[in-house]
Amino acid sequence: MEKILKDLLYTPTHEWVKIENNKAKIGITDYAQHSLGSVVFVDLPNIGSTFGQFDPFGAVESVKAASDLLMPITGKVIAVNEALLSQPELLNDDAFANWVIEVEVSDAAEVSKLLSPEAYQKTLH
Amino acid sequence: MDMKITCLHDRHLKLGAKMTEFGGFDMPVSYKGILQEHQAVREACGVFDCSHMGEIDLKGTDAVKFLNEITTNDFSDLKDRQLQYTLLCEASGGVVDDLMVYQYNKEHFLLVVNASNTTKDFKWLTSHQSGYQIELSNDSEFFGQLALQGPKAVEVLKGLIPEVESLSFMHFDMFQWKNHEYIISRSGYTGEDGFEIYGSPKATVELWDQLMGLQVEPCGLGARDTLRFEAGLPLYGHEINGFITPLEAGLSLGVKLQKPFIGRDVLLKQKEQGLERRIIGLELLERNIARDGYIVYDANQKMIGYITTGYMIPNTSKALANAMIDSNVKIGTEVYVEIRNKMVKAVIRNRKFYEKKYKKEV
Repeated sequence: MEKILKDLLYTPTHEWVKIENNKAKIGITDYAQHSLGSVVFVDLPNIGSTFGQFDPFGAVESVKAASDLLMPITGKVIAVNEALLSQPELLNDDAFANWVIEVEVSDAAEVSKLLSPEAYQKTLH
Repeated sequence: MDMKITCLHDRHLKLGAKMTEFGGFDMPVSYKGILQEHQAVREACGVFDCSHMGEIDLKGTDAVKFLNEITTNDFSDLKDRQLQYTLLCEASGGVVDDLMVYQYNKEHFLLVVNASNTTKDFKWLTSHQSGYQIELSNDSEFFGQLALQGPKAVEVLKGLIPEVESLSFMHFDMFQWKNHEYIISRSGYTGEDGFEIYGSPKATVELWDQLMGLQVEPCGLGARDTLRFEAGLPLYGHEINGFITPLEAGLSLGVKLQKPFIGRDVLLKQKEQGLERRIIGLELLERNIARDGYIVYDANQKMIGYITTGYMIPNTSKALANAMIDSNVKIGTEVYVEIRNKMVKAVIRNRKFYEKKYKKEV
C-alpha cells in the first residue's frame, strides 16, 4: 500500500505540494515513485523560471520512460533539490522527504483545484 | 483487444512482475527492477520468458531457394544445426521483420520472428510461396522459449544438460531433460554468452521452475531492451521498420546483394549511390536522456534526424542513443537533441557501446 501524507495536497498526476505562507515545496508521491520504478534522472527547471498551474516544469525518468512533472500551483522557482541530480534514487527511498522544487506562490486560491489526501487516495485504486 | 498470455503468465504474476502489453501479449517488464536485472545478466545470469516470439516451420525441397529469394541473407552454405540472422524486406527495401533461421537440414528450417509481427510474417511468407516446393506452418502456440543469458549461463545449464557446453555461438541441437525435448542454441539478444531454449509450453514451464529453484534472476522486457541496446542490436519498430532499409540500419552483414531477393534493387542502388541517412550512435554531453522520437539538430538548428532508442545505461550516468542521422553528419560532430523544449548537447559516435562476449569457440 502506497503511503499518503495527511498534511499535503495532491494533483491527479501524482505530485504533492506543501504550502507554508507564500512558499510551496513540490515533489512526487510514493505511488508515483513506485509505479516509475528506479528513478535514474530528474530534469530540474532553472531557478527564477515561472510556471502556471498544471504546466510541465521538469521530468522524472525511470530506465524505461520520462514522465513530466506538472506544477500543482502557479509560481516562481526559488530552489531546486540539487541532491537529486547526483542521487535521483532518493525519490525511491522516500518521495515525501525528498522534495523536487520550491516555489513562490502567486495565487493561493488555486489550491481549490488540488486534491485532499482522501480525494487523491480515491484516484489510486 | 484481448491480450494473449504465455505459458509462464501465472509465474510472472506470482513473482509480482510489473506487466505491460507487448506484441499482443501481457508480458513482464521487470520483477525486482531493470537495473538489477541488467546487472545480473552482465555479471552472472538471468532468464527471460521469450515465449511470445513466433515460430514458423519451413519444410520442402525448395526451402533454401525460398529463403534465399525471400530474405536478405544467403542460406546456400549454412550447415545443419546452425542458425543465421536474416531480414524480410518489401520491394521498397523497407523491413517487414528481422528473424533467426535455424537449419535442421537443407529441407527443414525453423524461423523465429518478432511476436508483434508473427501474423504479418506468416501472411507475407505464404503469399510468396507459390511456385516453391515448400510447406509453411505457424507453430508459435506449440513453442515456449526461454533465453538464459550471462557469463554464468553455461554453468547453470550444463548442470541440467551437460552436453550444452559443447555448442558454439550460433549453433544449436536437440536435448532431453526430464523426458522433455528442447531445441537449444548458443545465442541471444543481450551481447553475453547464453542460450535460447525452445520447448513445448509444459517443458518450458518445468525448466523455468527449475531455474527459479537455482536462484537464476528472472528478467523482464525492460532489461531485455537495455541489454540489446547496449550490445548494438536492433529492435523492430525502432532501428528497423517498413520505412527503414537494412543498410540504413547498419545490418549489411545480414544482406547478401550478389543474389536476387525481394527489395534487392533498392538496396543495390543505396549501396551504389551511398546512403542518405543511417543509424548511428549518439552520446549526450549534458545530464539528460534522449528518448525514442526526439529530434536531433545540427549547430545551425537544422534538423538532421531523430532518436530511435535511448537510455541512461543502467548503473552508469552515461546517456547513449541510437539515432537515424543524415549521412553527411560524421562521427565526432557536436549536435543537439531537443528534450522538453531544451536543446541538449550531444556528440555523434559509433554504436560500440559494449564489447560482446559471444562464445565463438568451445
